[in-house]
Amino acid sequence: MNKTVNHKAWFLVLPVLVLVAFSAVIPLMTVVNYSVQDTFGNNQFFWAGLEWFEEMLHDDRMWNALQRQLMFSGIILAIEVPLGIFVALNMPKSGLWASFCLVLMSLPLLIPWNVVGTIWQVFGRVDIGLLGHTLEALGIDYNYTQNTVAAWITIVVMDVWHWTSLVALLAYAGLKSIPDAYYQAAKIDQASRWKVFRYIELPKMAGVLMIAILLRFMDSFMIYTEPFVVTGGGPGNATTLLSIDLVKMALGQFDLGPAAAFSIMYFLVILLISWVFYTIMTNLDKKGM
Amino acid sequence: MAKITLDNLAHSYLANPASEDDYALKEMTHDWDDGGAYALLGSSGCGKSTLLNIISGLLQPSQGRILFDGKDVTHAPTAERNIAQVFQFPVVYDTMTVQENLAFPLRNRGRDEAYVASRVQEIARMIGMEDMLRKKARGLTADAKQKISLGRGMVRKDVNALLFDEPLTVIDPHMKWELRTQLKKLHHDFGHTMIYVTHDQTEALTFADKVVVMYDGRVVQIGTPEELFERPEHTFVGYFIGSPGMNVIPAKVEGRSAYVNGAQMALGHGYGALDGKVEIGVRPEFARLSQSDGLPIKVRRVEDAGRHKIIRAEFFGHGINIIAGEDDRISADMNRVSFDAAHVNVYRNDWRVKGDAA
Repeated sequence: MNKTVNHKAWFLVLPVLVLVAFSAVIPLMTVVNYSVQDTFGNNQFFWAGLEWFEEMLHDDRMWNALQRQLMFSGIILAIEVPLGIFVALNMPKSGLWASFCLVLMSLPLLIPWNVVGTIWQVFGRVDIGLLGHTLEALGIDYNYTQNTVAAWITIVVMDVWHWTSLVALLAYAGLKSIPDAYYQAAKIDQASRWKVFRYIELPKMAGVLMIAILLRFMDSFMIYTEPFVVTGGGPGNATTLLSIDLVKMALGQFDLGPAAAFSIMYFLVILLISWVFYTIMTNLDKKGM
Repeated sequence: MAKITLDNLAHSYLANPASEDDYALKEMTHDWDDGGAYALLGSSGCGKSTLLNIISGLLQPSQGRILFDGKDVTHAPTAERNIAQVFQFPVVYDTMTVQENLAFPLRNRGRDEAYVASRVQEIARMIGMEDMLRKKARGLTADAKQKISLGRGMVRKDVNALLFDEPLTVIDPHMKWELRTQLKKLHHDFGHTMIYVTHDQTEALTFADKVVVMYDGRVVQIGTPEELFERPEHTFVGYFIGSPGMNVIPAKVEGRSAYVNGAQMALGHGYGALDGKVEIGVRPEFARLSQSDGLPIKVRRVEDAGRHKIIRAEFFGHGINIIAGEDDRISADMNRVSFDAAHVNVYRNDWRVKGDAA
């Protein structure tokens, strides 16, 4: 077969190229531009090469933030995924209550990040907050502005409150897609409740759970607004997650070079993790889950 | 293996059924013999799945009892009844291997591993899957999965009955035949009581010794395929079994004669005076088209079904079908039909009326 060569076809791709250039490539390139130069203001730039990257890689500051970030994402996943599955398993399967539960579950997902942060910031305050004041009255030392553990508990609980619904709703959708015959067969085979979960429900939910884990991981890995509103990264640097640290560096200290290098590495890490998840998911798909 | 007795059984999905129409399953009393192969045949919504679910214990009947070998199991949970069920869509445990699937019911009952292993081997041989034992169940074809669910049912030696709920729906036509033959052979070799739900008459007639025909929540006839063909007890059985189904024609019956629109025809038996809706039923196989014999008809069209011809005709305003042999010559001047008197059945209000002997 003879192929017709027609370079005019490139024009058809042009609109997409222009869009992507303006939305992604050009902004990213400005960051690359900052990351390889040094500036002292007045728009004077000096070539710095890979200096900023080297400096950042040898700086404990970024590693500590990354460590805190991984810890945060790990903790919220470890809580939200099992809790979400548990909630989904216990939700009514049909009827008015099912609709009611679905609406109730969706509510936290509709609240803007900033508002969630404010709600918990007030809720946890020792002087006027319901939670903070009650704990104080019970004699428990809880003050998220001074106590590292209290600060961590506050932002973790806040994230769990905000996002467990998402996992639960996805898991619920997965559960609803299981035909009744599976449960009937399990009864006939005398399978225990645990085995029904392990061999029927979990395999059938695996696909949506992977999506839930991916979404929650990416979102929590890039989280900024909520912990910033509640703790501002404190006490000290205890809750300074990657995004918060980045903003401090770029806008607080105006260290544009290091911040740009930091951004690019942050972006690469996210890209890498997304790729890993994507590979796992497509492999699962091939196996037919 | 067990004899299954339905004692005044009825079921309604409504909490307070007021009239008979509210019952999905009308009151019935039947014995299903130990080791019998039964087919439950009926169109969608006739209550056959309801009956099956009551036998397997997935549903509690609103009235009556169900007994296995004389023991009342009406309120016993599914697990205690020791029955096996194969569903419409293959149910296998995806993440397990074929072997683990087959062993699952035994392991759940705490049988020791040596027994489980030998039993799994035995069943794998029966269903012809010995060389697939180590494969994951997930990637298998639909018919292999159905075999696994069948095997999971048979792996327990004490199973009381094997229930099939339209098990061949998702199977390719050529595999259907093979699976049905295999089922028949398993029944022959091991003698399980088998109940097979289907709406496909071919499946029912080839699988079962006794076919139970259900219509509108009622069992209208239990019989061998031959009985269903020769003497349908209800006009529905006549319509539903046979291709095309029985011709049912309103008539007046007096003694040994039937009158259709005043035209007389002979019957094989004598009948007393009949009130209500009276009809005669005759299978297309027992109707004959000719130039001179019988009553006038208008032939609408002739279809060639391969081994025979089907003549669609109009008989005093009623559509009827006649089956003629593949080699019979059919000409335009053939416009009369005669019925084989011995095979004409008489129905009153849809139920067959027995004629006088001789």
